[in-house]
Amino acid sequence: MIGIALYCLVPFYWMVVSSFRRTADIYDKSPFPSPWSLESYEAVFAADMGFGQSLVNSLVVAGVTTAVTLLVGTLAAYALARLEFRAKNVVLALVIAVSMFPGALLIVPLLKLFTAIGWINTYQAMIVPSMSFALPLTIWNLTTFFRQLPYELEQAAMIDGCTAFAAFRRVMVPLAAPGIFTTAILAFIATWNEFIIAVTMINDQARQTATVRIAQFTGAAKFDTPFGTQMAAGVLVTIPLVLLVLFFQRRIVAGLTAGALK
Amino acid sequence: MKALHVTTAALALGASLVACGSAEEQQAPAQERGPITFLGGKFEAESVQKIVDAWNAAHPDEKATVVLLPESADEQRRKLIQNAQTKSAAGDVILIDAVWTSEFAANRWVDELTLDTSGFLPTTVETAKYRDKLYAMPVFTGTGLLYYRTDLVEQPPKTWAEMRRICDEVLPEQRDMSCYGGQFDKYEGLTVNFSEAVASAGGELLDASGQPQLTGEPAKQAATFLADGFKSGMIPKEAITYKEEEGRVAFQEGKLLFYRNWAYGYEAAQKTDGSSKVHGKFDVAPIPGLTGPGAGTLGGNNLALSAFSQHKQSARDFIAFMTSAAQIKAFAQTSSMPVPLTAVYEDPAMIEKYPYLPALKEGILAAKPRPKAVRYGDVTAAIQESAYAIVTGAKPVDQGLSELQSALGPLLK
Amino acid sequence: MLSPTMVVLALVVFYPLVAALRESFYESGQRLDADGFVVEGEWFAGLANYAGVAQQRFMNAALNTTLFTVVTVALEVVLGVAMALIMQRAFRGRALLRAGILIPWAVPTAVAGLMWKWIFQADGVANALLGTEILWTADGAWAKLAVIVADTWKTAPFVGLLVLAGLQIIPADVYEAARVDGATPRQTFWRVTLPLVRPALLVAVLFRLMDALRVFDLPYVLVGPRKQSVETLSGLIWDEATRVHYGPASAYGTALFGYIAVIAFVFVKLLGADLLGDVRARRREGSARVA
Repeated sequence: MIGIALYCLVPFYWMVVSSFRRTADIYDKSPFPSPWSLESYEAVFAADMGFGQSLVNSLVVAGVTTAVTLLVGTLAAYALARLEFRAKNVVLALVIAVSMFPGALLIVPLLKLFTAIGWINTYQAMIVPSMSFALPLTIWNLTTFFRQLPYELEQAAMIDGCTAFAAFRRVMVPLAAPGIFTTAILAFIATWNEFIIAVTMINDQARQTATVRIAQFTGAAKFDTPFGTQMAAGVLVTIPLVLLVLFFQRRIVAGLTAGALK
Repeated sequence: MKALHVTTAALALGASLVACGSAEEQQAPAQERGPITFLGGKFEAESVQKIVDAWNAAHPDEKATVVLLPESADEQRRKLIQNAQTKSAAGDVILIDAVWTSEFAANRWVDELTLDTSGFLPTTVETAKYRDKLYAMPVFTGTGLLYYRTDLVEQPPKTWAEMRRICDEVLPEQRDMSCYGGQFDKYEGLTVNFSEAVASAGGELLDASGQPQLTGEPAKQAATFLADGFKSGMIPKEAITYKEEEGRVAFQEGKLLFYRNWAYGYEAAQKTDGSSKVHGKFDVAPIPGLTGPGAGTLGGNNLALSAFSQHKQSARDFIAFMTSAAQIKAFAQTSSMPVPLTAVYEDPAMIEKYPYLPALKEGILAAKPRPKAVRYGDVTAAIQESAYAIVTGAKPVDQGLSELQSALGPLLK
Repeated sequence: MLSPTMVVLALVVFYPLVAALRESFYESGQRLDADGFVVEGEWFAGLANYAGVAQQRFMNAALNTTLFTVVTVALEVVLGVAMALIMQRAFRGRALLRAGILIPWAVPTAVAGLMWKWIFQADGVANALLGTEILWTADGAWAKLAVIVADTWKTAPFVGLLVLAGLQIIPADVYEAARVDGATPRQTFWRVTLPLVRPALLVAVLFRLMDALRVFDLPYVLVGPRKQSVETLSGLIWDEATRVHYGPASAYGTALFGYIAVIAFVFVKLLGADLLGDVRARRREGSARVA
């Protein structure tokens, strides 16, 4: 257990330590920065970098993508898990099949399409393509999840006078909360970290997401790589996600009360 | 079934929308003047911004906005090509690597320019031409320099043999120090270092008619120099992972006696805040060669006019403004990035500020451009493939070179 | 209820997919006219773009991809299940531990790549700690290991999180029954926990498989493009596409698509019952077996 924690944390720790070093001694190997320095963080937040704005953009894109994906995906998953129709397995296979195509090839056709409909430099140009990887995951994950919940609960609810939709909303959704929150976090993180789509569809610095901005933190000269600045930005980009996980972890690990299942 | 219909409908929608895309070309001719966008790299952004500010002050109706391209050259190229494919007017003036000129010109992604290049170093102007026509303007330049330790070496070596001899004398008394380093990771830097070695042995990768010349004696001497260097430990084995920065750090840590790098490394190695152990103990010289001084490879960036610009006249004026003698001189005052203007290298005040300028000028004038090819991406990939196999010892020199010779043939037609 | 899903997927996936398929049969941008300009337009090329599939470079990339997939997914399953079990336990400070375990997954891949590249540099901290002088980021067997370590680090939490969600749905009375029946913790794990989290685990594995088969960015950032020992199929496609060889890139993409489709099909076919089947039946079975 300690081993796993170390494996997870030590590389990240090194990243944090490096971000607090001065550019001059960034190649040091000491376990603590000496002297401590906020130089890298100052560079990240220098006014012309627009890093703050890019964090907001990331938040908007990842937030909206997650919300829409969950809305669309939960409905689809519920239908696939509960309703009987013939093409069901075909749909499931299709959903997974489309998420298999190599990303590098999707970009150019999408770029042409979005150019034609004037979506370049808009949030939706990032949100909609991001759904292509968030949606299959959501649907598959939640379908499995809904299937594991006993049928009797909805039947009971419907006997109590609920419509099918009300049964879904009042009984199933709360019960599946751990699954839904887990999926939400996964979708959020995946979108938050997305790079290729964002760098392709956006030219305007005011709309760029944080991952794209990080890639543009270049050194003063053409060839120097400002490791410190990039590490600092990486730490800053990771922190919101850690907070998110901390905040929602009760939900993820809510545990089903014994009463609800019996 | 229903789902399927929706799909088909959406597909049809997508297809028809794309068909609309090409209609843009038929629009009425765009106004030739208006605000423009400059797609540039992040490096030297502050100094570049000063020039842009000066332009904007003088041209309030044709203001230029700087938009930064991604960091790595590969990403920049991908972005520019994507813009071209979608005929996007996202950048009116674009900053391209000197080796991309042919490809961008041949694909009609950039327009021909008519500007005066008389005050520029001739070798840099050559990189901006395709089939003898000017398609770009040089704005940054540079070539390989030999960084050496003045505390250990009295006179910088002129030949490879001299360099080896100096190393044999100096190194036994030094701990953890290797003789020579360059950029040998498998990327553009390897193409630069390999063609530099061939040129320094008196040959060239391609002859005047564009035919590959890799089976000749110079190429063989150059490849042997590098392969033997690695085998004997004259070049440390870590150098196989070196890009510019890894090697620069090794030199600053005192792990290398000689290092081949661009001029940018001078400032960093001169720092006195503890990051460089060699400040005040090094200098730069032209790179050595087989029988006499070597010839570097020309680096640098050019400004070009996007063929899809909506305000071409303003863009042309902007390129002329940015490459005017006054602006380049002003730029050189605030940045150590080498510029292509001859006058800068002869200005005593500048030489005092950047003592390496005479060595650099000599290097740039002697420098050879990398092969000019429309399919430069394929050419450099082929060179890297063979050069990497040769320096790592995976293939004998002769085999590697003859494979490269036959691989390049079809690419250069 | 499914139509919104279908519209989204049609727009962002089916359409580009069809465009790429078409592209794989055409040649463009490779011909020069007398004045040295590239001739615009495209020509039907038949299967010419697919010729490279049989060549050494593609085969090598396919092998690398398969190796990385098998090794990383196997490691991630073991680590991920262990992580889930740890995260589920109740103890002081578990909230922090949970967040800690999830950190690697939260670090953007591009940054993670840089971070590992830096750790694995010739004079980096990995060599300093191990007392070795290995060139992790040079072409060779060590580079494979570096990519595997970095990829496992990054994605094991994903498996962990999905398995954790699966664990949550196991009712406490099942464990209670196992305890009453005198099952050891080990027996409980193998006979109760594992069978019951199987559906969640399989979904996680399925998605990891498909992601791993498309892996591109870690080897690219960590070791670099066109390095034989770590070039994956997506890396090869990327390389062709950036050199404006859209025909071959699309052809390789289609081939990779076929490869992944076969793997996914076989996976679902073999384990489909677990993936899609009715879990309650097995749940009863699970407790019965312990008894």
